[in-house]
Amino acid sequence: MIRRKIVNAAMFALTGLCALLAVSVLFFILGYLIYHGGKSLSWSFLTHLPRPTGETGGGMANAIVGTGELLALTCLIGVPVGFMAGVYVSEFGGKTAAAAIRYAADLLNGVPSIVVGIFAYAVLVVPMRRFSALAGAASLSVLVIPITLRATEQFLRDVPNTLREGALALGAPKWRTVLTVVIPAAMRGIITGTILAIARVAGETAPLLFTSFNNSYWSRGLDQPTSSLPVMVFTYAISPYEDLHRQAWAAGLVLLTLMLVANVAVRAILSPGSAPRT
Amino acid sequence: MNDRLEIEVPADINRKRTAPFVPKIEVERLNFYYGPTQVLHDVSLRVPEKQVTALIGPSGCGKSTFLRTLNRMYETVPKSRAEGNIRLDGEDLLQMDVTALRRRVGMVFQRSNPFPKSIFDNVAFGPRLSGNTGKAALQDTVERSLRRAAIWDEVKDQLHNSAYALSGGQQQRLCIARALAVDPEVLLLDEPCSALDPIATAKIEELLFTLRPQCTVVIVTHNMQQAARVAEYTGFFLLGRLVEFGRTEALFKAPEKKETEDYITGRFG
Repeated sequence: MIRRKIVNAAMFALTGLCALLAVSVLFFILGYLIYHGGKSLSWSFLTHLPRPTGETGGGMANAIVGTGELLALTCLIGVPVGFMAGVYVSEFGGKTAAAAIRYAADLLNGVPSIVVGIFAYAVLVVPMRRFSALAGAASLSVLVIPITLRATEQFLRDVPNTLREGALALGAPKWRTVLTVVIPAAMRGIITGTILAIARVAGETAPLLFTSFNNSYWSRGLDQPTSSLPVMVFTYAISPYEDLHRQAWAAGLVLLTLMLVANVAVRAILSPGSAPRT
Repeated sequence: MNDRLEIEVPADINRKRTAPFVPKIEVERLNFYYGPTQVLHDVSLRVPEKQVTALIGPSGCGKSTFLRTLNRMYETVPKSRAEGNIRLDGEDLLQMDVTALRRRVGMVFQRSNPFPKSIFDNVAFGPRLSGNTGKAALQDTVERSLRRAAIWDEVKDQLHNSAYALSGGQQQRLCIARALAVDPEVLLLDEPCSALDPIATAKIEELLFTLRPQCTVVIVTHNMQQAARVAEYTGFFLLGRLVEFGRTEALFKAPEKKETEDYITGRFG
């Protein structure tokens, strides 16, 4: 009797402690970033180019824009492919094809991002003979496709079959049922999944190291080396200069803020009551 | 005839018409299979035009499956197949273009299934499919359909609100309006009232009376009183076979088969 109570109390304490630890990691990281990065975060950090190595000051405007460019390109390349493939798997693929594609997507999702980077390096960077935002976006797209595919498929599957039947019974062809009834019904979820997928790859560094590389100036085009926040964090953090370390913290803070904003936006989209009138 | 059909209920609402029997749908020796399982055995039945036909029987007797052969909704189930003859106005229904067929034979489901769109867009869905996208014409069709489904007065001020804001009974009548918007010749209803309270049920039954002069109705129901109230003809299904079919009064008062009598007197089912 007493033994049971002690075991119960011990388990309660242990699991509670682990839960607390899990949550506090987030706040610890956040606090650490704000403490170290906040000091270097200034208007000029957001609007200026990096100074030559050795000088203090300067900013990361090019990396912020570069990350934006990379993510926008990823949205253009990766998201449509993942979305359409998800629609195929949920609505049009037979059982076998759907299972095969789903399995392949899960495997692709498990490919380490640095391997994706090497792959993009071999098939894009080497033939083009230079690092480029395009190659970087291509490697990020490879990471985004399986996540978008699975999210799309999942949310489409959640659309009740009675809606499909309702449209088909009115004489709607299959494609029209999918386009005008099924996809709109799942749209909020799909958008959410896509935002999370983009936020997830926004911090990827490994595939960018040898695809979009880095650039101390504004990128001169999508086919040119382009700076990005994660790569800047990496480059500055391993440099021997104190000022660059502080800037790396600041860049990390900017990146994390972007992701938190994305997550909050997703919550807002998904919360009941904010349903867009369809 | 259906311009501005006001919802005033005729005084003789509860009196069924004795119209001549003109077959709209003729089913001959229909056998139906889901994969290796045979669900319907040798069903032959003629559905009279512009009257209400009810199909009754215990759960799993094949009445819903039978209903789904009349607009070929069963085709959404893989490995299902129908053998036999079904004719709509003499045309081979099983060989018709399926989208054209479903625009002629509408369906209302057991659970109301409005689309996550506005009330207006729900009703306009069918007409838009057939390419009728003119704004004035659409507005006319939507109003007329909502009136025919006896829900216009309840929703006329909120046509552009989500259909999900309506009550269950209203949603079901909206689904009927949606089906009526394409002016189907036949309307199939698959236990349309099973999820509704008695008041909502009464409204839908009234609605069936007003539809009858314009439209052939086939309704599957669990509720024998409902069949007796609304239908001129009733068919009794048991274990995938049509046991008996005839005028509703005759079937309920003087069933020819013992199985029918056992079922309607509540000895089983």
